[in-house]
Amino acid sequence: MTRSPLRDLLVGLFVVVGLCAIAYLSFSVGGLSYSGPGGLTIYAAFDQTGGLKPRAPVVISGVKVGQVTSIALDPSFRARVAMDLDGRLKLPTDTTASIVTAGILGDRYVSLQLGGDDKVLASGDSITFTESAIILESLIGKFMYGRTGGSSGGESGGGGADETQKKGS
Amino acid sequence: MAFGSRVVFDSLSCGFPRGKISVILGGSGSGKSTILRLVGGLVQPRSGVILVEGQDIVGLAERRMYEVRRKLGMMFQGGALLDSLTVFDNLAFPLREHTRLTETEVAAEVQNRLDAVGMSNVGDLLPGQLSGGMLKRAALARAIIRKPSILLCDEPFSGLDPASTKRIERLLVRMNRDSSVTMLVVSHHIPSTMRMADRVLLLLPQGAVEGQPQELRAHADPRVTAFLNEVPDLDAESLEDPDEPPAGKAVRARGGMR
Amino acid sequence: MRRAIEDLGFLALRFVDDLGKLALFTLRILAARFTPPLRCGAFVTELFKLGVLSLIIICVSGMAVGMVLGLQGYNTLVRFGAEQSLGAVVGLSLIRELGPVLTALLTTGRAGSATAAEIGSMVATEQLDGLRMMSINPVHLVVTPKASAMIAVMPLLSALFIVCGLFGGYAVGVGLMGLDGGTYMSSLQSAVDFHDDVLGSLLKALIFGVLIGLISTYRGYTSAPTSEGVSAATTSTVVIGSVSVLIFDYFITALWGV
Repeated sequence: MTRSPLRDLLVGLFVVVGLCAIAYLSFSVGGLSYSGPGGLTIYAAFDQTGGLKPRAPVVISGVKVGQVTSIALDPSFRARVAMDLDGRLKLPTDTTASIVTAGILGDRYVSLQLGGDDKVLASGDSITFTESAIILESLIGKFMYGRTGGSSGGESGGGGADETQKKGS
Repeated sequence: MAFGSRVVFDSLSCGFPRGKISVILGGSGSGKSTILRLVGGLVQPRSGVILVEGQDIVGLAERRMYEVRRKLGMMFQGGALLDSLTVFDNLAFPLREHTRLTETEVAAEVQNRLDAVGMSNVGDLLPGQLSGGMLKRAALARAIIRKPSILLCDEPFSGLDPASTKRIERLLVRMNRDSSVTMLVVSHHIPSTMRMADRVLLLLPQGAVEGQPQELRAHADPRVTAFLNEVPDLDAESLEDPDEPPAGKAVRARGGMR
Repeated sequence: MRRAIEDLGFLALRFVDDLGKLALFTLRILAARFTPPLRCGAFVTELFKLGVLSLIIICVSGMAVGMVLGLQGYNTLVRFGAEQSLGAVVGLSLIRELGPVLTALLTTGRAGSATAAEIGSMVATEQLDGLRMMSINPVHLVVTPKASAMIAVMPLLSALFIVCGLFGGYAVGVGLMGLDGGTYMSSLQSAVDFHDDVLGSLLKALIFGVLIGLISTYRGYTSAPTSEGVSAATTSTVVIGSVSVLIFDYFITALWGV
């Protein structure tokens, strides 16, 4: 157990390199980011969330400005999504919130399109204009229903028209 | 006293007088080392009382036992020095742990003990580099580093050539004379122990016999005298039993986890 | 037939008994952790022995595993025309499972067995008893630094394994198979989420560190004081450690995904 300075140096190096590896994995690969100052809580109600998950990003023009904190049913059985956004944002009251997918089969996230109103949303307000998630299966179902209704005469007419909302990707 | 289902001894009662050298003799497996471990608190008896300077140590919590052990020093059969530390660091270890002495004071104490056992210049060696005799002396030096009032010696002569055996014997005797340390010596080596002992405890399968060396030599029971005279009194004989390497002994002396 | 049931019952009882002893041992280690002195020197030495000395095997294995993943992944994905996702496949496999689990298994074999053997041989040579006789708590001096170091080292080694693996996958996918480097990296980054993947990975590594640290020190501490005992302690560390890691892996994966 003789303490040599060389050993201590090597241990120190080891720890530093290890921590760097962890940092690399967390930030560069894992996408952990210093969430900027949050503080602006905004709600939005959707008919269909399509598999949106908490901690999903909220994006304006492709830039992350916050994340989804919770999703719950409101009294009228719509999905009420709570978002924690950068406190410095000034969002006009006619801003639209849509649930979109990253790519065709990617994860869902919320994209905000700014409106033009003078009045600005305050913390705790809700966004009125929302676009629900597009469910791929229902799209295909509608398409098939439309086709079979016209051409093959009804046997598989019921099969395609799957309006039951299945979970998305 | 038993290990699991093996009874080592049943109702043993003996005393070791203060300031005297007491020797425990007996055949292999008779429980000699066990007595040392009982006194050191390393194993617990099933029932009974062990008084160390008047204090009963049976059932004592380990923390209390640490305080009791300040008065004890143990010289292990294999040395039991920490093999990754030099001899110097081994001796200095308890001082650095338990006392607030400065490094110079520690060095002085260590050197003092090394001188006492005649090993003044080996401080920088590792235990693995020491010969048998040197290892024993280093173990002895460590045992007395805290100036204990009771010294426990487990087979101090085992594995030594006759010259080294004599040296250790002289060391122990002188130590006892100079500082009145109470000594409990467990040994196989009948000639040396009979010479140095003030009292002898002989463990025979039938029971234990206690007394002064001369008394036992002339004992009425023939088994006692047979044991004591078993090996001719030649100094050239090393009494180490080749079938019993130290590790084997340790197995038998081992109790539960402590 | 009846004997078989009795034996089974005995084994089951002994298993529970062992588990209980392990739990008590863990408490002792924890208690020692929070008692001064902190023994940073011993901790750093253990970090060296368990961490730095494992670097080569971890990094080489990591790279090799990454390369194999790259190769196998590419060959499979190409059938579905999905070879652009190679980065994601290699990354997720490594981060979620292979990184922590393989690092744990390798560490059990190298560092775990070394620890068990070291402590076991200290038991066999009575060094731990020597420490007790010097009123030094052997758990505090020897066991706790080793266990703590193992816990600290695991996440670091696991991360290094993963990074080397990612590099290996990159080397094969981009260097050998001709994928675009940017595609590999972006596929990797978009698929890996910090909370679900990286955090879970680090948590697993930490828990595995606890497991290996406890098992290796416990096995060493309770080994029989013979060379056979030490060898048994070493092998059982590797066996029990490895199996525990794999079983716990399932439970952590199941629970973390919730």
